[in-house]
Amino acid sequence: MLRYLAGRLFRAILTIFLVITFAFFVLHLSGDPAMMILSADAPPESIKAFREAWGLDRPLWVQYLAYIVHALQGDLGNSMRDGRPAIQLVLERVPATLAITLPAFALKLLIGIPAGIYAALHRNSWADRLTMMVSVAGFTVPSFVLALVLVLVFSVQLGWLPSAGSDKPASAILPIVTLGVAGAAILARFTRSAMLEVLGQPYIRAASAKGLQWRKVVVEHALPNAAIPTVTIVGFMVGTLIAGAVVVESVFAWPGIGRLLVSSVSNRDLAVVQAILLLVAATMVTSNIIVDVLYGWLDPRLRSRGGARGR
Amino acid sequence: MAGSIRACAAGEARVAARRSHPGKVARFFEAWPPLTLIALAWIALMVIVAFGADLLAPYSFTALDLRARLSPPVFMDGKWAHPLGSDELGRDVLSRLIMSIRLSLLIAFFGTIIAAAFGTAMGFVAAHFRGKVEALILMMIDFQASVPFLIVALAVLAFFGNNLVLFVMLMGLNSWERYARIARGLTLSANEQGYAAAVRQLGASNLRVYGLHVLPNIASTLIVSMTITFPETILLESGLSFLGLGVQPPLTSLGNMVGYGREYLTRAPWIMLSPAAVIVLTTLSISIVGDWLRDRLDPTLR
Repeated sequence: MLRYLAGRLFRAILTIFLVITFAFFVLHLSGDPAMMILSADAPPESIKAFREAWGLDRPLWVQYLAYIVHALQGDLGNSMRDGRPAIQLVLERVPATLAITLPAFALKLLIGIPAGIYAALHRNSWADRLTMMVSVAGFTVPSFVLALVLVLVFSVQLGWLPSAGSDKPASAILPIVTLGVAGAAILARFTRSAMLEVLGQPYIRAASAKGLQWRKVVVEHALPNAAIPTVTIVGFMVGTLIAGAVVVESVFAWPGIGRLLVSSVSNRDLAVVQAILLLVAATMVTSNIIVDVLYGWLDPRLRSRGGARGR
Repeated sequence: MAGSIRACAAGEARVAARRSHPGKVARFFEAWPPLTLIALAWIALMVIVAFGADLLAPYSFTALDLRARLSPPVFMDGKWAHPLGSDELGRDVLSRLIMSIRLSLLIAFFGTIIAAAFGTAMGFVAAHFRGKVEALILMMIDFQASVPFLIVALAVLAFFGNNLVLFVMLMGLNSWERYARIARGLTLSANEQGYAAAVRQLGASNLRVYGLHVLPNIASTLIVSMTITFPETILLESGLSFLGLGVQPPLTSLGNMVGYGREYLTRAPWIMLSPAAVIVLTTLSISIVGDWLRDRLDPTLR
């Protein structure tokens, strides 16, 4: 298990390293940042000064090494727009993003998993059909459409909730609901099919054939086994806590990472985009590792085999 | 995750099939469920609109009609001059919608084709060379899966700026790893089977073996995967365009229209509602047809 974890950790670090490299080379292949920030008709002296100030006049590999060394020290460069450290700008936004993504995550779990289990246990009942109908919508309705429809109903028509901003606690409700409903629909569908697959297994029939109460069969045999595939998707949702709200934050003018990303992209503030990319990759990779460890804990079969179940 | 949806939809379809009575009409609807027919009809309509956009659009999509600004659609007591209403410059929403459908479908279509072609090729390469090449491709797949593509797409757009060709290529990169994974797995098992080895023994080139023999054998799985990628690409494109970072004006796409209509949510919700409805109905229809195709073509895909 320990050896497996070490290998997993190595791959995680490799992935993050790849992300840094990707970000660096895409940046430097894409043209001259000096031209982008200062515009093409800036005087040559100021372009030269800008290049020297940002180290853009050095050979590419020197810049790359310098970037890696700085990144390892936690320095991801300064925002080319307002000169503050990019990492600081990004970390400032984390609490705002988590303020909507964490409650939304709880909402997904609290609605999605019970709904999925109930639907699987009452297959083809009206509740099952309703769950599935709603969950199809979760896949096919883009979040910005859902968000705008919610705004149309609850802000414009009924006037109950603010449509945008972050000045009141009530402002968080619509973003949370938008994120939560879509995620819950996906999770319900996933849990249901995981549950149905387990319920069709011979060991479930065996357990009920030996006279075990149905309740006990479900709680002790079906649920733990259905948990394994469900953990994958939940782990993926943990990974999107930081980056999963780009569109929703933009719709609701919520001052989180997502909006910072969109505005940095439109401003071509490359250092900030790189810092966000790195943060997102780190979150995803960490949650993948947690999922892998959870697999080992949930599924003893994997422990003995050394626990490889892909990602 | 979409795979398992298909799985449960397949189960539902089987249950439904068992209940139906044998008869000519019933047998027809068993093979062609009504929901699938409706979905197919919607897709056909969208394709017709996309191809005939220039003929169908009542106005030029950039034509201004300043005397009929923000005129409501017919179903909200508007005039037939602008059946789906007009925006704040008096541009006809129906005409813009038709042009948007064309561009969005075009982007999604080429994005899907690029993803399928590139991914399948990578899968073949990985399965053919094994060893270091395979490890490298698997690492790229891991990399692709470790960062949400929306973020990567935003980063690339930040660095390279935006034009339509780059944007379509980017959409094509979205889910190549799905095809690479499928193609690699299926090719590995195809290479174990006799037919690939037999053709190779006959002296066929690698291109011939993979293109003419392995590809047709794994095509149905790849086609079904395309019905998952296509709506995903529509959603990705419309999401980016909604944020103002995808398709750029004067071109118009469905996401673009929604993003633009959001400014007029209170005064003119119709600008945003019709493209939103088209996005939802189209992705839904393709998913339904995909489920149905999966049942017909490839009962093993999950």
